[in-house]
Amino acid sequence: MRARTLTILLITAAVAGAAGGVGGYTFVYARGASYLTNDPSACANCHIMSDHYAAWVKSSHRTAAVCNDCHTPPGLVPKYMTKASNGFWHSLGFTTGRFPDPLRIKPVNLEVTEKACRACHQEIVRQIDSRPGHRPADRLSCIKCHSEVGHME
Amino acid sequence: MTETPERPGRQVKRRRTILIAGSIAVAATLFTFGLAALLVNIFERKQEARNPFYRVVDLDDDTTDPSVWGQNFPLQYDLYRRTVDQVRTRYGGSEAVPRTPDEVDPRSVVAQSRLEEDPRLKTMWAGYAFATDFREERGHAYMLEDQIFTGRQRVVQQPGTCLHCHASVYVPYKQAGDGDLIKGFERVNQMPFAEAVKLVKHPVSCIDCHHPETMQLRITRPGFMEGIRSLKASEGVSDYDVNTMATRQEMRSFVCGQCHVEYYFKGPEKRLTYPWSKGIRSDQILDYYQETGFRDWVHAETGAEVLKAQHPEFEMWSQGIHARSGVACSDCHMPYVRVGAMKISDHHVRSPVLNLSNACQTCHRWPESELKARVETIQDRTYQMRNLALDALVDLIADIKSARESGASDEQLRLARDHQRKAQFFVDFIEAENSMGFHAPQEAARTLTLSIDNSRRGQVAIREIR
Repeated sequence: MRARTLTILLITAAVAGAAGGVGGYTFVYARGASYLTNDPSACANCHIMSDHYAAWVKSSHRTAAVCNDCHTPPGLVPKYMTKASNGFWHSLGFTTGRFPDPLRIKPVNLEVTEKACRACHQEIVRQIDSRPGHRPADRLSCIKCHSEVGHME
Repeated sequence: MTETPERPGRQVKRRRTILIAGSIAVAATLFTFGLAALLVNIFERKQEARNPFYRVVDLDDDTTDPSVWGQNFPLQYDLYRRTVDQVRTRYGGSEAVPRTPDEVDPRSVVAQSRLEEDPRLKTMWAGYAFATDFREERGHAYMLEDQIFTGRQRVVQQPGTCLHCHASVYVPYKQAGDGDLIKGFERVNQMPFAEAVKLVKHPVSCIDCHHPETMQLRITRPGFMEGIRSLKASEGVSDYDVNTMATRQEMRSFVCGQCHVEYYFKGPEKRLTYPWSKGIRSDQILDYYQETGFRDWVHAETGAEVLKAQHPEFEMWSQGIHARSGVACSDCHMPYVRVGAMKISDHHVRSPVLNLSNACQTCHRWPESELKARVETIQDRTYQMRNLALDALVDLIADIKSARESGASDEQLRLARDHQRKAQFFVDFIEAENSMGFHAPQEAARTLTLSIDNSRRGQVAIREIR
């Protein structure tokens, strides 16, 4: 009976080990470590982002902000939580092939970007938001008009 | 053998261990399964990105057959072949209509007849071949077949010039001109259609728009080379050579403008000519015809020397907001599609209304239903104006006809006939154009207003005879 428990534990360990092995290999093969950096070219590891990257290189923000400045929130934990969450959903979407094309930003990610605009441009934004009769609910979206500052598409 | 009875506590503990271990194993299995799928997916994308294409065959400047190009570019070729689809949009596209093949016309499927849909067109074209057979255009795949078997071939002798845009003529032109494209163009223009058609095999093919070695876009049609040169000259650019002076983005419209334009056959040589030397707008083109005095035919009911406008999509697009914003024909009619790690332009050339997501939503972030409604609002309005213009024209034709029957002289009818010529050209310009105003809504409205104004002036001219 003890032997049976041991066998089960061994099989479990082997299966988990296999997961670790395949995971580790995938991580290295997909250049997973690069995603932990701020390097914008890492975001274009995945071919789907090539055009966005190429457009960012030509954009007005190329000297002011990299991908992570606008697409991840400030703070170490929220930043890596966002990276992890997007990493998971992107992997799932691309593996299953179920994702909208042309790509669309999700509301939660849009919120991150809007906050980033406001963080850097707070002086001008404050003047816009403090117009008479303004309520937080009528807040304007920055990228509704300035959709091309980061990258086209 | 005696079994040591286990304590119930240990049994529960062991069961729990097994349960936890099993759960971990199942979770790890599912996780590994997902990881393997991800790994294989990444591997495939990396492989695709490594080689955008495989050179299986060598292509040269004489390879007309698209299936040969298709061996190197299977994705584009596959999409290109889909232009056989017949799908209707509200004002365009084509519907497959069955027909019984006969000896002169073996087609078992054709598109719907526009003449049956709108008999006013017959009145407008009275005395011309278009009044006998005029159907909605089908996709690129049918361009040669439909030109060979149209009923218009039976009522009038067509010249070889037609093939300029109904077949892949680049290589046949070079052969007919002993290596000289322009010479070959001139020779084929003067041949009877039935003779010339023996020189060609394929409808529009890869070589008509692409360089066989670099795949770069290029112009192969002499009509466009000369037409755009005369247009640029009118804008102050001399000796314009489209293949060396156009930008990449311009080429993404110019290759379409090789054929989707207003044209006429100049002189006894039947030289295909794009009438752009005074400009590219409808009234500038009419000015050109007024100055040269060209006529397509004499109207059977009124005796007016009239013109037939032909699908001026390139001209109308150039007057619209999309052209102004730098959007090329291909951006909407051949939008990029993702195939694995690659992005290719959709060679299934078709109405953007049938492909709203890729064609419009890249720039316009609205639901498909909203985008479609916007397009159709523009088209509904243009269609209403077109109908008013056609009614006015039919009224003018009836007036001239009855004045003529009651004995008015050619001199007395001269002014009214001239207005008919103009009114007819303007309404036909919008009628023949394949976007029902969408390519340039305000320009379409302006052109139709010019038509209605000419019909009104024509009727005034008739009144003054009496």
